[in-house]
Amino acid sequence: MAANSHHQGRLPAAFLRPGSSSFFDFLTDHAPDRLPGRQALPAVEGAIEAVHGTTIVAATFDGGVVVAGDRRATMGNMIAQRDVQKVFPTDEYSAVGIAGTAGIAVELVKLFQLELEHFEKVEGHVLSLEGKANRLSTMIRGNLGMAMQGLAVVPLFAGYDLEREKGRIFSYDVTGGRSEELGFAAVGSGSVFARGALKKMHHEELSERETATVVLQALYDAADDDSATGGPDLARRIYPIVSAITADGFRRLSDTEVGELVGSVHEGRLRLPNGPQAPVL
Amino acid sequence: MSTPFYVSPQQAMADRAEYARKGIARGRSLVMLQYADGIAFVAENPSRALHKVSEIYDRIAFAATGKYNEYESLRIGGTRYADLRGYTYDREDVTARGLANIYAQTLGNIFSSAAEKPYEVELLVAEVGETPAEDEIYRLPHDGSIIDEHGSVAVGGNSDQIGSYLGQRHRGEMSLGEAVRLAVEALSRDSNGSERELTADQLEVAVLDRKRPQQRKFKRVLGRELAALLQRPEEQAGTEAGAGESGGAETSGDPEGSGDSGDSAAGD
Repeated sequence: MAANSHHQGRLPAAFLRPGSSSFFDFLTDHAPDRLPGRQALPAVEGAIEAVHGTTIVAATFDGGVVVAGDRRATMGNMIAQRDVQKVFPTDEYSAVGIAGTAGIAVELVKLFQLELEHFEKVEGHVLSLEGKANRLSTMIRGNLGMAMQGLAVVPLFAGYDLEREKGRIFSYDVTGGRSEELGFAAVGSGSVFARGALKKMHHEELSERETATVVLQALYDAADDDSATGGPDLARRIYPIVSAITADGFRRLSDTEVGELVGSVHEGRLRLPNGPQAPVL
Repeated sequence: MSTPFYVSPQQAMADRAEYARKGIARGRSLVMLQYADGIAFVAENPSRALHKVSEIYDRIAFAATGKYNEYESLRIGGTRYADLRGYTYDREDVTARGLANIYAQTLGNIFSSAAEKPYEVELLVAEVGETPAEDEIYRLPHDGSIIDEHGSVAVGGNSDQIGSYLGQRHRGEMSLGEAVRLAVEALSRDSNGSERELTADQLEVAVLDRKRPQQRKFKRVLGRELAALLQRPEEQAGTEAGAGESGGAETSGDPEGSGDSGDSAAGD
């Protein structure tokens, strides 16, 4: 077919056609078979056994936003992977964390990264943060058929808004419904516990480092009560992925930095296993 | 019905080539040179929005002269091709050679198809490697031929004269500042031998910088950074004026700490 990249003839007409700056639209038009989630699935009883990623948390601070995710991927009762990456930079000023069916989620992130890069190259400027969040919404909606068969992908999108000069968080549901979250958000199987922890610990006056500690505490609590969320693996030195997005762009905290924070969180838990206590009133 | 005049195929092709060449010659020139840390593109372009030099992929850039709408559609086509290929396989599998090949096929097809008018464009596709020896540069004239270039190259109107001026003075180990100043010097020479003054706001400068830590090596050089690069240190001006004719004597200008400090100042 003309979409074949091996095709050594001239560029097919679709490549030279003026119009959309969206790679997703181009692919939908030109090679829809390569989009994730577009295949018709046979009807199956129950959920399909596939690798699932679990808890993602994000929290804002003055000057940016922190996104973090645990490292566990599960398949039923089994731990499929201990060091999976679930938080990805999507461009210089945004990141996405994914919960749900790992295979589809990773593909979706790859496509989303490309979507932002493609727009930037074709148009010569970057999309607004709101625009990026909307594009992600459309792409999740495209996966609705799969989601209804149990292969759902639920991302958490966060970025630094260059216009408003602050960090912002967007959460999604499987139908692509998008809502902006104020302060903090969590998705995935451990999100209920993580959200509880964030609620008690997060406030806007925290520094970047303190916010990173708060999200680590939240992930610790999620791992404490949810079997599908992995806690920091001190023996193997596998720590949650923590990244910060500020006016200077995306930065993934190094393992040494996260290791230090994890160390102090762990030490605190040796004294207070349930974590820091909030005042009653 | 009247019989159409017979036109020999040679004549028809020569006419089409002539047509395309005239179109390209009307455009302002663009030069590309290798420097120590990458590949620099310098174009005379008063517009801030309509670019002649653009990013295609991580290590690949595209530059063109001629008719804007024609090369713009080729640029977007190339971006789509590269992104689709990188998405289907891997980012590493997108190469300048593959892209140049597909541009050559496209231009060649259009040039020889009687149903279409030839594109009045001349393209450059460059890929920056880990070392200068691994840099790849392809020049693609209007007819779909493809020329492997090294060192420096000029396209557009007056490109022969600019190209030979550059060829005599260009050195592979130049700093970015030296390369850009040489490019501007070459561009500001008119075909009748007179010189014009080209200022920062008439220039479009971009680089593929192999030292750039990001995966995407393309970067535009704008505003203050460009002005700082164009600033010629006084003593250097003296050396180069003396060395202008002999060419080889330019090595004496090499240990110029002043030129380097200009570059690093531009970096922050």
